[in-house]
Amino acid sequence: MKVLMFGWEYPPHITGGLGTACFGLTEGLALTDLEILFVVPKAYGDEDQSVATLIGADQVKVQRIIYEYASSKGRQEYINAGGLMLPCVIDESFVSLGQTSIKENHDVKEIHLEGHFSFEGKYGNRLYQEVNNYALIAAQIATEHDFDVIHAHDWLTYEAGINAKKISGKPLAVHLHATEFDRSGRHVNQRVFEIEKRGMEQADRVLAVSNLTKQIAVEKYHIPEHKISTIYNAVKPLEDEKEIFPKNIDDKVVTFLGRITQQKGPEYFVEVAHLVLKQMPEVRFVMAGNGDMLQQIVKRVAELGIGDRFHFTGFLKGKEVDQMLAISDVYVMPSVSEPFGISPLEAMRNNVPVVISKQSGVSEILKYAIKVDFWDIEATANAIYGILNYPGLGKLFQKHGRGEVDSLVWEVPAREVRQIYDELIACV
Amino acid sequence: MRTLCLNFQLHQPFRLKKYHFFDIGKDSYYYDDFKNKSIIRKVAKNCYLPTNQILLDLIKAYGDSFKVSFSISGMALDQLEAYAPEVIESFQALAKTGNVEFVAETYAHSLASLSHDETEFIRQVQLYKQKLKRMFGVSPKIFRNTEMIYNDRIGEVIAKQGFEAVMIEGANHVLGWKSPHFVYYNPLSPKLKILLRHYELSDDIAFRFSDQNWAAWPLTTEKYVSWLNGLDASDKLVNLTMAYESFGEHHKEDTGILNFLKALPKALHEQSDFRLSTPSELLQKHTPKAPMHVPDSISWSDVEKDLTAWLGNEMQEEAFDKLYKLQSIVEKIKDKSIQRDWLYLQASDHFFYMSTKYYAEDDVHNYFNPYDSPYEAFINYMNILSDFIRRVEQSTPIDKVDEILIHNGTAEDFENLIKKTRKVLKSLKKEVITPEKKTDEATDSPDAVQEKSSANKETNLSK
Repeated sequence: MKVLMFGWEYPPHITGGLGTACFGLTEGLALTDLEILFVVPKAYGDEDQSVATLIGADQVKVQRIIYEYASSKGRQEYINAGGLMLPCVIDESFVSLGQTSIKENHDVKEIHLEGHFSFEGKYGNRLYQEVNNYALIAAQIATEHDFDVIHAHDWLTYEAGINAKKISGKPLAVHLHATEFDRSGRHVNQRVFEIEKRGMEQADRVLAVSNLTKQIAVEKYHIPEHKISTIYNAVKPLEDEKEIFPKNIDDKVVTFLGRITQQKGPEYFVEVAHLVLKQMPEVRFVMAGNGDMLQQIVKRVAELGIGDRFHFTGFLKGKEVDQMLAISDVYVMPSVSEPFGISPLEAMRNNVPVVISKQSGVSEILKYAIKVDFWDIEATANAIYGILNYPGLGKLFQKHGRGEVDSLVWEVPAREVRQIYDELIACV
Repeated sequence: MRTLCLNFQLHQPFRLKKYHFFDIGKDSYYYDDFKNKSIIRKVAKNCYLPTNQILLDLIKAYGDSFKVSFSISGMALDQLEAYAPEVIESFQALAKTGNVEFVAETYAHSLASLSHDETEFIRQVQLYKQKLKRMFGVSPKIFRNTEMIYNDRIGEVIAKQGFEAVMIEGANHVLGWKSPHFVYYNPLSPKLKILLRHYELSDDIAFRFSDQNWAAWPLTTEKYVSWLNGLDASDKLVNLTMAYESFGEHHKEDTGILNFLKALPKALHEQSDFRLSTPSELLQKHTPKAPMHVPDSISWSDVEKDLTAWLGNEMQEEAFDKLYKLQSIVEKIKDKSIQRDWLYLQASDHFFYMSTKYYAEDDVHNYFNPYDSPYEAFINYMNILSDFIRRVEQSTPIDKVDEILIHNGTAEDFENLIKKTRKVLKSLKKEVITPEKKTDEATDSPDAVQEKSSANKETNLSK
C-alpha cells in the first residue's frame, strides 16, 4: 500500500507540534509495512528519508498557461496539472524555466511556460499564497505518482488533498490536529474556517486528535460523527537519558510553559498564583514563553502585587526547557482549548506532577494527572497547593507518570490509522 | 440440620464537603450535611425501612427458625439517628424479637486495627459497645472488623477484648485446602473462634443478583437453594455476609431482590436441611476444628482480598500516617468536636476514595463516591486533616506535641520541628532586638542576640 501524505514540515526543519506529530505518525506507519510519499512545501535535502520518500513541492515542475486577449487586453492564467486546468493568480513565486510554446489564434495568444514554485514553508504573511500554490502542485504530484490513499494534515494541506483526490479518485483522509476555534477562540478567521470545513466535507474520513476535537468538528463544522475517528497522538521514546539538572533553589516552583496566547489560558495561571500565594507566600510562579498576551499578563501581575513571586523567562528552547522542568515542582496547563497538548507529557517524563485543563485532548488519556476546568481557578489552586504540601501525590505521580508517558508510543495510533486506510480502500 | 448464617453489614460514612486550602484555619466544619442527609433518606426509603419490615414479617411468620445478624457501624447509627430516626426504631423492634444478633465493629468503620498502636482500635470497639448497649440493650459477643480486615495479630487484640469469635473472609489464599464450612480458631489466642465468609454464595446475591449477563440470571430461591444442597454433605455450615444496601439500593426493588429475600426461608425449609441461625447459636453447635493462620492482612475486597483498596498507594499511606500520628495526642484532648472529628475522619471510606485501583471504572466501587478522582479525594481530605491537626495542636501545649513527635516522628517531622523552632527563635530575637533597633546590627545566632542584649543592659547600668 502506498500513501500520499501532505504535511507542512518535516524534520529536521520543524518549528511546531504539527511537524513533530506528523513525523511520529509517519514513523509508526512505516512499521505497518506501507510506503509513504510525504509532500512538504520546501525540501532542504538533508531530511531523513528512511521512513518516507520526501517530495518538495518547490521541486515539482508544472505547466503554466497564459491566455492573452488582444482586443480586451484581458488575461487568464491556469496551471495545467494532469489535464486539469486550475485557474490561479500567479505572483513572483513562480520560477519560470522557459517558454515551451506560443500559439496565436485570432484574438487570443496562448503561452505555455514550464517552471516551478518557490516556497518558504513557514507561517509568514505569504502563507495564503503558499497554501494555494501547494494545492496546485498537489494536483501535479497526484498525476505523477501512484498511490492508494491520500492523507492531509491540518488546513494548510486540505486543498492539496482535495486536488489530489480530484485527479486520482483515491480516498482522502484529513487529519485535524487543531481547529480554528482552538487557535483563535471567538475571533475565528473565516478563510481558514472555510478551508477546514471544505476539507472535512470532501474527505472520506476525518481523523481528530481527541474526542474534544471530534466534538468541535461535529458542533462547529457540522461534520457527521460517524465520519470522524479519534486518533490520539503519541510521543517518541527518549533516545537516551537526559542530562540531569540539580534543583538549586529552596522555594517551590510552579511552571506554565507555552505560548502566552488566549488559547493557553495564561490569565488563569496568574489568578491561580495569586490565590496560592495568599496562603503560601514562599512559592514561585514561572511563566515561560512568549505571545501576544504577555503585556496584559505582566500588567495583571503588577496589579495583584505578586511581581516578586511571579517570573517571566521569555521563550525557552531545547536544554532550557529541561532546566526549567528540573526546578519545577508542579507543571500547569490551563489551556482554554487544547486539541491534544503534548507539553504535559514532557513534564511527566521529567518527574514533574502536572495539573491540566479538562479542555485538553491529552486529559482524555492520562490517568496520573490532576484534571481541572481551566476556568476553575479555585480547583486549580487547590490542586497545586495539594501537590506542594502533601508529598504522597508527587510520589505517586513520579512513580507512574513516566511509565504512563512511555506507553504512549506511535505504533498504537499508527495501527489505528492503518486500519482506517484499509477500510477506505475497501470502500473504493 | 445444617446451619446458614445471614449477616448484613450496614455502614455510611460522614462524607466530607468540598474543602479548599484557603478554608484551613477558617472553617472547621467538615461535613456535607446535605449530601449525607439525602443519601441516608434515599437508602432508608429504598432499603433500610422496607427490608427491616420484611425481616420483621419473616420473624413473625417463622419464629425461631428465622434469624439473622447485623453489623452496623457507629457512624451509620449516628447518621440514622440524625436523619432517619424511624430506621433506628425499626432496628429496635428487630432487636426486641431476640432473633437478631448484633455483631460488633469499630465505631468509625475505621482502619484503626492497622495502626501500630492498638489503643485507638480498642477504644473504638469500647465506644461501639456502649452505643449498642444504649440503643438496643445488647452486648455483642462476635466481632466483625471494618471490611473484614484481619490478621493473626488483630485477632489477638479482638480476643483480648473478650469476643468469642470473629467473622473473616474465606479468602482462598488463606484457606488453602481448608473448607470455609467449619469453625476455626486463632493460633495466637485459641479461645477466639473464626467464622469464614463464603464469598461466592454471598456475592451471588450482593453483586451478581441483577446482572443480566450472568449465566445464572435470573436468580431464584429454588436455584439458590439447589446450590446450597449441592455442597458436600459434610459441609455443615455456611456464612453469608453482604452489604445491607444490596437489598433495594444496589439492586433496586424491581430486580426482585426483596421478593427473593421474602421467599428464601420458605425455600430453605421446604427444599433443604439448612436452617437460619445467629452466629452465636452456630458456635454452640459447631466446635472449632483447627487453627487458621493469617499472617498477612486480608479483607473482603475484590479478588485480591488484601488491603490495597485502602492502603495501596502513596496518597493513602501519607494520609494514614499523618492521621494515626495524632492518636496519642488526641487521646488527651477533651474537646467534644475534636473527638467527634477524630472519629469521623477515620472512616475507611475516605481512604477508599483515594484508591487508584478503580479510577475511571464505573461500577459498584464508585457507588456514593463524592469525588471525580482519587487525587481530588486525597487533596480534600488532606486539607481537612491539616485544619484538624491545627486544632489539635492548639488544644495541646506545644511542647507536648513536640515531645510526642520526638518519640514517634520521622526524619521529616524532625526537620519540621527544627524549622518551627527556628521560627520561634526568630520571633523571640525580634522582640529582643526591637528596642535597640537603631543602634544594633542584625545578628544571626540567638546566642549572639543574648550576649548583645545583656551587654546593652550592662552599659545601661553603668550609665
